[in-house]
Amino acid sequence: MSRLAKVFEQLAERGAKALVPYIVAGDPAPKHTVSLMHALVDSGADIIELGVPFSDPMAEGPTIQLAHERALEHHVSLSQVLDMVAEFRQTNADTPVVLMGYTNPVEHMGYSHFAERAKQAGVDGLLTVDMPPEEAGETSRLLRDAGMDNIFLLAPTSSDQRVAKVAALASGYLYCVSLKGVTGAGHLDIDSVREQMQRIRQHSDLPVTVGFGIKDGESASAIAPLCEGVVVGSALVDRLAKWDNAADTDKQIAEAVSLIADIRKAIDAVADA
Amino acid sequence: MSKQHEHVDFSQFPNAEGHFGPYGGRFVSETLIFALDELAENYQRLSQDPEFRAEFDRDLAYYVGRPSPLYHAERWSREVGGAQIYLKREDLNHTGAHKVNNTIGQALLAKYMGKKRVIAETGAGQHGVASATVAARLGMECQVFMGEEDIRRQALNVYRMKLLGAEVISVKSGSRTLKDAMNEAMRDWVTNVDDTFYIIGTAAGPHPYPMLVRDFQSVIGREAREQHLEQTGKLPDALVACVGGGSNAIGLFHPFLDDESVAMYGVEAGGHGVATGEHAAPLSDGTPGVLHGNRTYLMQDEAGQIIHTHSVSAGLDYPGVGPEHSWLKDIGRVNYVAINDDEALDAFRKLTLVEGIMPALESSHAIAYAEKLAATMRPDQSIVVNLSGRGDKDIHTVAGIDGIGID
Ligand SMILES: Cc1ncc(COP(=O)(O)O)c(C=O)c1O
Repeated sequence: MSRLAKVFEQLAERGAKALVPYIVAGDPAPKHTVSLMHALVDSGADIIELGVPFSDPMAEGPTIQLAHERALEHHVSLSQVLDMVAEFRQTNADTPVVLMGYTNPVEHMGYSHFAERAKQAGVDGLLTVDMPPEEAGETSRLLRDAGMDNIFLLAPTSSDQRVAKVAALASGYLYCVSLKGVTGAGHLDIDSVREQMQRIRQHSDLPVTVGFGIKDGESASAIAPLCEGVVVGSALVDRLAKWDNAADTDKQIAEAVSLIADIRKAIDAVADA
Repeated sequence: MSKQHEHVDFSQFPNAEGHFGPYGGRFVSETLIFALDELAENYQRLSQDPEFRAEFDRDLAYYVGRPSPLYHAERWSREVGGAQIYLKREDLNHTGAHKVNNTIGQALLAKYMGKKRVIAETGAGQHGVASATVAARLGMECQVFMGEEDIRRQALNVYRMKLLGAEVISVKSGSRTLKDAMNEAMRDWVTNVDDTFYIIGTAAGPHPYPMLVRDFQSVIGREAREQHLEQTGKLPDALVACVGGGSNAIGLFHPFLDDESVAMYGVEAGGHGVATGEHAAPLSDGTPGVLHGNRTYLMQDEAGQIIHTHSVSAGLDYPGVGPEHSWLKDIGRVNYVAINDDEALDAFRKLTLVEGIMPALESSHAIAYAEKLAATMRPDQSIVVNLSGRGDKDIHTVAGIDGIGID
């Protein structure tokens, strides 16, 4: 069984929901990424979505755009991101890591080369924001052959027909985008997520995580009962934006990941209720 | 021609998924797929609709001023001493460039689709002005995304857009130029996808944009073909057009693709020289990749990050190119070459002095290459050059290079 499937199975047994933080690899600096990943796990993260820096992050709002820019100041490449995952794996064998990014760096590395290296590094899945199923056939096949999952987005604008199409190709989990907009947008609409989730359930038995607009315990615990996991991106990345090289590293990491501990508590509380 | 191309039925491209061979397609986030489907369906229907077509043709005739003349530049041809050079005068269009052919078409689509708001990205400001112009005429709200760096370089066009009632939004992310303006326009579109029409300014972006921009711009080539036949009794031997995203070039080339005797040259911005790496010539010195919704040749580094481009002309300063050009390059139907900043500036001055026509700096790249090409040809042969726009907007830049400040 894959690490992702195992995590969702264990959570389901406990009646708990997956907490999925997103950070950009190399933000605020490459030397902090692996420590941050471990700290996130210690604070209650079940899966880590690790952003692969790209020069043109078309689907991101200002907060995450700036994180990509900070990482690129350090010239963080996909190859280095894979090295970071390998380093993380030296002391963590269980927490799934999903790479989230844009098509071009993966295409430039070459899909089969990527699949091989990602497998070796201990990557569990790939989510390329700008690669819908129509363009993903070959990539999905290579990932599947290497034992990794191809994660796809579903949007409020996805028709029933598309939900079916995406569900047919997806594995691991489905990522439900909660709103029309970019990451970091503020207009989370619970009713619209509920409606979306109903449509998704008709076409797929895969676990579903919801992301975009989840920024604290309150928004997370409103969404968590509807799905199998919540993704927290901009709110976490925003804490890293305030990084000060002169200040104490451990303290700053603890400060940033305390958001994840808070959200963990909040979603566990609604699950127990 | 450098490579031999097999016989291809060009009318069959792109295919239903928007692919030109390995290029093109739809690389966008899921939220936009429905909007692209909606656009493709409406375009499919409206492009066959007599009423829509008649309105488009009427606007091109009475609002844009088409057909634009095909002008035999006799004095310049004589000086060069080779082929006869004809200029397709897109500079005489309303708003001063070929861009308006496309914005008229897309704004009409927006109108028929019931969209109240249009957005656009712009580099040199020509597409922004053309979008603001048609939005003003149709009474639509218009916002134009423009890189902070380009706002500085193209102050005149920024003010023109404001006078036309558009809001110009300064883009401060990334390299603060055209590519970042396009990212920001995509982000706006994702957010306001229900009521907003995104008018893309070149033959790039996700399917169906490269196809519909090509179709709207193909009026250039259809007219030029007819005009050349009428004036000389034969087809031209060569076509030359500058390539930024590639809309004026594909507009000129497409109606001639089946005419095997017609050689075609797309001229990219060589900047400080292709060998220096400081240029905007992905077809001359780039590799295939995925940006802004399509697979195409790009300027990128060894990690697949898009790199900074340089050109004296803001309208060519873009790291990608429309996907159909990538395909036409690979199959060898079109030759892609580069002209440096200095050569383009010389051509700007030359055409102004010899013919009394001041070309846009973008078009000056085509002028410069046409002169080199003509010199290798015989006087009984001919070249059609797409004079894609007029140079008024660039006088500031040229004066600056001459060390003259004008306010
Ligand atoms: C006059 C003129 N020519 C050419 C271009 C380049 O665009 P394209 O390659 O799409 O024709 C521009 C873009 O701003 C322009 O203003």
